[in-house]
Amino acid sequence: MRLVVKNGRVIDPASRLDAVRDVAIEDGKIAVVGENLDAAGAEQFDATGLIVAPGFIDMHVHLREPGFEYAETVESGSRAAAAGGFTSICCMPNTSPVNDNATVTSYIIERAARHAIVNVFPIGAITKNSAGEELAAFGSMKQAGIVAVSDDGRPVMNARVMRRAMETARSFGIPVIDHCEDLHLSAGGDMHEGIESVRLGLRGIPAASEDVMVARDILLAEVTGARFHVAHISSRYSVEMVSFAKLRGLPVTCEATPHHFVLSDSDMPSYDSNYKMKPPLRSACDVGAVLQGLISGAVDAIATDHAPHPGSEKMQEFEKCPFGIIGLETAIGIALEQLVHTGKITLARMVELFTTGPARVLNLDRGRLTAGAPADITIFSTEHRWTYDVNKSASKSRNSPFHGREFRGGPVATIVTGRVVWSRE
Amino acid sequence: MPGGLLGIESLDRVEIEAILDRAKYFQPQQAEGRKQMLRGRMIVNLFFEASTRTRTSFEIAAKRLGADAISITASGSSVDKGESLVDTLNTLGAMHPDAIVMRHAASGAPHFLARHLPTPIINAGDGTHEHPTQALLDARTILDRRSSLEGLRAAIIGDIAHSRVARSNMYLLSKFGAEIVLCGPASLLPVELSKITPGVTLTHDIREAIRDADVIMMLRVQLERQHEAAFSASEYFRFYGLRLEHMGLAKPDAIVMHPGPINRGREISSEVADSQRSVILNQVENGIAVRMAVLERILTN
Repeated sequence: MRLVVKNGRVIDPASRLDAVRDVAIEDGKIAVVGENLDAAGAEQFDATGLIVAPGFIDMHVHLREPGFEYAETVESGSRAAAAGGFTSICCMPNTSPVNDNATVTSYIIERAARHAIVNVFPIGAITKNSAGEELAAFGSMKQAGIVAVSDDGRPVMNARVMRRAMETARSFGIPVIDHCEDLHLSAGGDMHEGIESVRLGLRGIPAASEDVMVARDILLAEVTGARFHVAHISSRYSVEMVSFAKLRGLPVTCEATPHHFVLSDSDMPSYDSNYKMKPPLRSACDVGAVLQGLISGAVDAIATDHAPHPGSEKMQEFEKCPFGIIGLETAIGIALEQLVHTGKITLARMVELFTTGPARVLNLDRGRLTAGAPADITIFSTEHRWTYDVNKSASKSRNSPFHGREFRGGPVATIVTGRVVWSRE
Repeated sequence: MPGGLLGIESLDRVEIEAILDRAKYFQPQQAEGRKQMLRGRMIVNLFFEASTRTRTSFEIAAKRLGADAISITASGSSVDKGESLVDTLNTLGAMHPDAIVMRHAASGAPHFLARHLPTPIINAGDGTHEHPTQALLDARTILDRRSSLEGLRAAIIGDIAHSRVARSNMYLLSKFGAEIVLCGPASLLPVELSKITPGVTLTHDIREAIRDADVIMMLRVQLERQHEAAFSASEYFRFYGLRLEHMGLAKPDAIVMHPGPINRGREISSEVADSQRSVILNQVENGIAVRMAVLERILTN
């Protein structure tokens, strides 16, 4: 089984390659990247005018299975990922039951093996039932296939528990991902605390609720020597603190979501719950800081925090609506629009944020186009105009603030272990 | 006002002036029996939150204009049976009322519904956001005693953070060039309040707020939110309650307003509430005139 991707502009940050090349794939692995490769007898994909990159990795996704299959499943989530140009996704443990033991991890991996069209790497819980008290079984979960631990959405409030978690994670060589939010400071909040929340009469989630936890965890990472990763960074001081930690040589990393670098709190149409997520859309100044972090390297990865919720849950009073939006299918379009077309970063840097960036955080053997590597390839265009129609989403949910948005450039085809699993009509 | 009345923020001066003028026309006629302007029209008052004066006021306003008014309260309705807000409103919408007057504890609830329903919605108070007819009746009450709002100094005192009355009044007074002083303890007075509309200053000192004021608007102490303030009731009254001794600081003809219900001895002393300066009952009277003007405007456009 041979496939040759012809004539694309191949951007592979790992090998610093950015040139028109052919990519030959054999038996699910990259065989060779070269010029004018012989494609006789092979299946061909004409990538003329398109970008050919290592398969994109989304390290922060909610697949809702087991427990919330009405919102998303491993299968539907993986289809949305493929349609968004992602070949690998990491799923957060806040399922029901919580992925806090090897049995649930194995269940997810087995479901993925059978039903997912992209690679699925589970993330285990930090504490049992993500209750913030007793540590989950990191070792056996790691053996079963987790790539990191996180109590995403239900952050560990007890600093001592977090310290033990970091020590344990370090022993097993996995990073700790924290959804940084002081739940006492954010309690009852519905949106970023600022002029907009005061104007709309909605309770605020102060940036400080994120910052104090980022500060705490950086200090604990230094004490424990653990790899610490800030999920969906959104505030100015948090970005500055991560930069500071990196300057000090600490193994601290962070990710930013497309919505946090393209939307601010003042972009929300009145009380539209498709703009409600955690952390909330922050001030324009915070958005600027996240963008700066993407440029400077303070931010290591772009992750979507794809969080499906059914329409019935989002069609309520704003304060009753759950937090979260879907994001797999719009990530590349937004990154191009906000980062590349504006000249803020190069295409190569963008590709890095989707490939080597997350791969390095998670120690994944993915995200590069070298011979022998798994043939995960993302093919996208920087030019074609398209409009996002959430009603045609492969996700089971429709909660996106980007419905109807016009994009210039986006995913064209997604190849996972040598097989084209999705391509644009 | 096609589509109802959701808030003051989005209204322009011309529209506000038109309502206030029309309300003046309705003032003396209140006692003169039913009019026929809205004969045959159906108005549903949907109150998801307890209310005595606003609901009664809307009901009377509708009836004085000849409309049929039905009032529904959340308890004992389908809401108690777990029906969602959208379904409740869709159900009522299917009965084709001409307008829905709605009070809800969630900020933005009427705005959210207005995007999904064709029926005009009149906001009778949404959470801690807006209470547009209250600001209109307050403006009518001030204008019964002053020729214009421009240049007036209005002090709004109390739990501003959680007050929809304060927000609607700020927007309205600001549009007409009044000077607004907000006063309360820091936990109930976020600094961002000074940035949501022009002409607003903040103070934590009630004396400073009242000095030279033309209008003093007191807000109800929301007992359910007292833990946020870190003030006991007596401590609150001591520092933020309006008492007779304060009145000397204000303009000699200053008026005292309160959206009600008042808590005597909590945010306002009985002496002030019952004094000549108090226009609290005029506010209630004007409530009906203003709501008649609003209903007429929305239903006959």
